[in-house]
Amino acid sequence: MEIQDFINHFKDVFDETDVNTLSANTIFRNLEEWSSLIALSIIAMVDEEYDVQLKGDDMRSAITVEDLFNIVKSKVE
Amino acid sequence: MAYLSYPAVCVAGVSACVPQQIESNWTLPLIPDAEREKLITTTGIEEKRVVPDGVCSSDLCQAAAEKLIAELGWQKDEIEALVFVSQTPDYILPATACLLQDKLGLSKECLAFDVSLGCSGWVYGMSSVASLVSNGSVRKALLLCGDLASRTQSYKDKTSYPLFGDAGTCTALVYDETSLGMKFHLATDGSGYEAIIITDGGYRNPPTAKSLEFVDYGDGKVLTPMHTQLDGMTVFSFAISKAPKSVKGLCERYGIDMEQVDNYYFHQANMQLNETVRKKLKLPEQKVPYSMKKFANSSCATIPVTMVTERQDALRNSYQKSIGCAFGVGLSWGSVYFETNHIVVPDLIEI
Repeated sequence: MEIQDFINHFKDVFDETDVNTLSANTIFRNLEEWSSLIALSIIAMVDEEYDVQLKGDDMRSAITVEDLFNIVKSKVE
Repeated sequence: MAYLSYPAVCVAGVSACVPQQIESNWTLPLIPDAEREKLITTTGIEEKRVVPDGVCSSDLCQAAAEKLIAELGWQKDEIEALVFVSQTPDYILPATACLLQDKLGLSKECLAFDVSLGCSGWVYGMSSVASLVSNGSVRKALLLCGDLASRTQSYKDKTSYPLFGDAGTCTALVYDETSLGMKFHLATDGSGYEAIIITDGGYRNPPTAKSLEFVDYGDGKVLTPMHTQLDGMTVFSFAISKAPKSVKGLCERYGIDMEQVDNYYFHQANMQLNETVRKKLKLPEQKVPYSMKKFANSSCATIPVTMVTERQDALRNSYQKSIGCAFGVGLSWGSVYFETNHIVVPDLIEI
């Protein structure tokens, strides 16, 4: 599982955000477009792409995109 | 894996009762105007029904049952089993099913008990009643599924209050040797018990004065320990993973051709969740009816409410192959395959 692929899938969830600004270090909760509904789309993306069930606590504990990548990675392996 | 098949039992009819009182998310002050449209579009829930003070789940179920029994033309003393599924009973004890046996005027030779399950309750209730009827001794039985899902929510909780409504339903099952019977998949993951929970008021945390104090968890989530605490993200993640697997597992186990199924009735959680499930199963929109727009999430009542409000004509006038799939609090989930042949479906009752 590669971080660049994860970031690309992550970008696909957003409509209004300039996704070129998104990187591993992005603090996603600070994005203008971030909402509880976007969070659900991220969960759906992770389920679809990685067959991983994220919990609410996983989403709440992650700060950056890379944090979330690491959580997903730890559940894949 | 809990796969179950019961021969010689089928659905004779289904009915639903909702309160007249409508509460609309378009005008609910709790939702900030800036978020309103997005919230309604994403959840797919525009309005819900809410009971006035003094009306219980059992009252809604009773009205649904009275009308269904009358339209079926059943004699009340023929009904020998009554199962009441709810998490909003009349009392801590006795079991509400006992009260309903009497209020409905059923025979004292009728077995009656409660099942405490929420969103998954109709599927579990169907398996419970089907198992009783399939034996051929009890030939007519009622499954009453109802909840006051709006009443367990905090009216200050923006994240969950708009999603839940009240309803009571009745599904009538009958012994029929010519029927193909019903097939079930049932499952449980109690490690997720905190994902949807009312922490206080039971015997783990008996009610105290503190149980009535509101706590602000941020992001518009303000509730007491006597209200439902919903971890929406955990439930969403659970449901979009387990519901499709349950339906697929049931079909594989029993050799059901998914394309031949006319209706897929899913528990009505919210549009984003349900549409994710539908797309994962690659089901066409016309086979997946939704009633959540007008009736929201009424816990164990959503599937019969959807059958009555969205498929009344088809169920009355044709042979239908259906799958029901429900998931939620517990965590608990399951699916049922059943076929219906011109069943009795009274008009939606409003009291």
